[in-house]
Amino acid sequence: MRREFAMPDVGEGLTEAEVLTWHVARGDTVTVNQIIVEIETAKAAVELPCPFAGTVGELLAEPGQTVAVGAPIIVIETAEAGAPAAPSVAPGGAGADEEVGAKIGETGKDGRIATLVGYGPRPGSVQRRPRRSATSGAHRSGAVNGAPRGAASPAVDHPRDVATSPVAHVPLAKPPVRKLAKDLGVDLREVSGSGPGGVITRDDVEAHVTAPTAPGPVVAAPSAGGVRREPIRGVRKATAAAMVSSAFTAPHVTEFLAVDVTETMALRDRLRADREYAEVKLTPLAFVAKAVCLAARRTPEVNASWDDAAAEIVYYDRVQLGIAAATPRGLIVPKVRDADMLTLRELAVALGELTATARSGRTPPADLMGGTFTVTNVGVFGVDTGTPILNPGEAAILAVGAIKPTPWVVDGQLAVRTVCQLALSFDHRLVDGEQGSRFLADVGALLTDPGLALTW
Amino acid sequence: MSDPHDWAPSTPSAPDQHPSREHVLAGLKATDEGGADLVQLLTPEGERVADPRFDQFATDLDSAALQGLYRDMVLVRRFDREGNALQRQGQLGIWVPLLGQEAAQIGAGRALQPQDMAFPSYREHGVAWTRGIDPTELLGIFRGTDHGAWDPKDARFHLYTIVIGNQCLNATGYAMGQRFESKVGEGPEAEATICFFGDGATSQGDVHEGFVWAAVYDAPVVFYFQNNQWAISEPTERQTRVPLYKRAAGYGFPGIRVDGNDVLACLAVTRWALEECRTGNGPVLVEAFTYRMDAHTTSDDPTRYRLADELELWKLKDPIERVRVNLVREHGIGQEFFSGVQAESDALAARFREYCVNMPPPAPDRMFSQVYAEGSTTVDAQRQEYLAYHESFESHGSPAVGGGR
Repeated sequence: MRREFAMPDVGEGLTEAEVLTWHVARGDTVTVNQIIVEIETAKAAVELPCPFAGTVGELLAEPGQTVAVGAPIIVIETAEAGAPAAPSVAPGGAGADEEVGAKIGETGKDGRIATLVGYGPRPGSVQRRPRRSATSGAHRSGAVNGAPRGAASPAVDHPRDVATSPVAHVPLAKPPVRKLAKDLGVDLREVSGSGPGGVITRDDVEAHVTAPTAPGPVVAAPSAGGVRREPIRGVRKATAAAMVSSAFTAPHVTEFLAVDVTETMALRDRLRADREYAEVKLTPLAFVAKAVCLAARRTPEVNASWDDAAAEIVYYDRVQLGIAAATPRGLIVPKVRDADMLTLRELAVALGELTATARSGRTPPADLMGGTFTVTNVGVFGVDTGTPILNPGEAAILAVGAIKPTPWVVDGQLAVRTVCQLALSFDHRLVDGEQGSRFLADVGALLTDPGLALTW
Repeated sequence: MSDPHDWAPSTPSAPDQHPSREHVLAGLKATDEGGADLVQLLTPEGERVADPRFDQFATDLDSAALQGLYRDMVLVRRFDREGNALQRQGQLGIWVPLLGQEAAQIGAGRALQPQDMAFPSYREHGVAWTRGIDPTELLGIFRGTDHGAWDPKDARFHLYTIVIGNQCLNATGYAMGQRFESKVGEGPEAEATICFFGDGATSQGDVHEGFVWAAVYDAPVVFYFQNNQWAISEPTERQTRVPLYKRAAGYGFPGIRVDGNDVLACLAVTRWALEECRTGNGPVLVEAFTYRMDAHTTSDDPTRYRLADELELWKLKDPIERVRVNLVREHGIGQEFFSGVQAESDALAARFREYCVNMPPPAPDRMFSQVYAEGSTTVDAQRQEYLAYHESFESHGSPAVGGGR
């Protein structure tokens, strides 16, 4: 008889384990409790003993493979014919086991995987028994509470979600109020609290008794069971879609470079004293933008995009420079048009306007379209660096880290210099390591020695 | 006999007078050494040695009795190993191995009289065995189908306590009750209580409270802790600056350290301690100095915090092996007996496995059915909601053990 051994949860709530070594091969004879495989979980390396005696029919997982708890890893051909040889001890034991797969960790015929602890395989990997159709919805837990629930809500499919749905929240009330409600036969879950934080008061309970109640839809609590749920929409939704699409279509490579920007900062100080820059907010970002535009001229691959439909790579003459901005609405990326045509002063002015408009939430949609390269300034949050995700359709994105005094080796001596970390992610479909590295090194070189710009 | 200082070693070694911090740490870290004050009747080499204080509690332990103790330990170890394997095969959620602590548990368990009451932690499979609880009755706890299948009043063995050290309060209260109900005194009907816990529990407030109450009420309770050297990953020197049995002196009752891998010594010392309690001289603290040869539980990986050579040292002090050697050398027991016990243990393991894999999952309402004797509106509502949730599925397969997820 063919028996499968499923990956067990060997450590209270693990969802997967990696197969390290098989101690048996196809055709080997195995006995009960013979060590057949070594696995590694998040907690420990563990040897698994064989639950059946027989011959190894098949190994279903390779060493190095990560297997979900409940997935079969080995097939044992046992001598039994069709049913467990030993008589069942408990009523319905072996039979029920065959039918519904009640064995812990094994997948039954109905596709359910039994586990012992309340965690089980990760959501999404779990197959469930089919639900009854909506016509039998009277059985639903929502109906038990006397409050209708969104009939089509997929959330009720999962007990964890039930716990966070509004009807299942634990009403907040002090013990004497609970006592009163109990005496008056009031279900506190039907009472909305007027006290601080939604606490149900004595008055609420009494009002509930006197007022004829129509069990209307439950008011969505701001927080149910310590969880706040917010619909995904707007900028959040767009950001999510863009990031997911980018992350799963463009193969990202990220390179890092720490740059001594002491000279650039000195230049900035000198320019600030200049009358021409009197009205301008000259930020380090402006220097980065300028350096990017200059470097992109030498490496046009980073200012390009991959046109899958046309099977072409599109190189842009001009740089439409996107600046990632955190706004109250979320992350938006307004563009500086033809940034490579602008002087440093013009770039600084454009950046100032762009960010002011974005922060006030007045960025027109047109300003968000048609970028060719993006700079994200994570340094303003005090962060050193990151691995930025490409704006969809663009070939590269540069993250600028915090600019701060750092120990640095100058001519073999340790010195305190102003240092900034750059991180460049690029789409490896159209930018090779060589071009990406050259571009990043160029930007770094310009920021290290702004005088280089004269030579390009 | 109840003056704690009587139980200090008769010839204290010189460093004991003014031990340095290093000396204390070295002593605590020497996990395979019990020290001069360790009560031992059977050496690791299987030699029966005389003990002027405790030989009188072991006079009846003839060859047959020793064979019985050997059988107990082998059977308990065998089903313990099977429990470990069943967990690795996905049949149990967790298993708490007792490997290496068989003598400490069988010795203490066999010292109990039928009327005595025992309060276990969660590793006392060996004590459960001596109380007549079938090993299969332990499985529900670890498979998540029940909280213990025996009646604590009938078995005179409380349900497993998972909260560390908590049972010391229950045991102390029970023992105080025995005293208030005049069950302490001379005669064969006198009762005592024994409470099992571990070295880690000695750091718990509940244990301290139990000690205080037991001491001031002269409660007839034996606090029997198995010092297996490791509170999960914390070694003894992270728990204490004195040998743990000496803490009893601070509470005002005797404390004694026994070789926890010596089933004879554990039996004799526990007999003495229970007798002290039954006759009104309780409580008593017994430290069974032993070693956890396996992981804390199946969820634990001891290779992350302790060295393998420590285990190798303790294998030389194996509690079963020394009895076997003694039986062969001093009682002339032949291979036939050992083979018979081995076969019996394999049969027990097979029965244990068979029972485990065929345990039916509990019905969906099982987790609500015995919460209150007279019901409760809240629990009733929860049960109704939960059953309705189950009803909402098309097929009526049994829910996952533990009530769905």
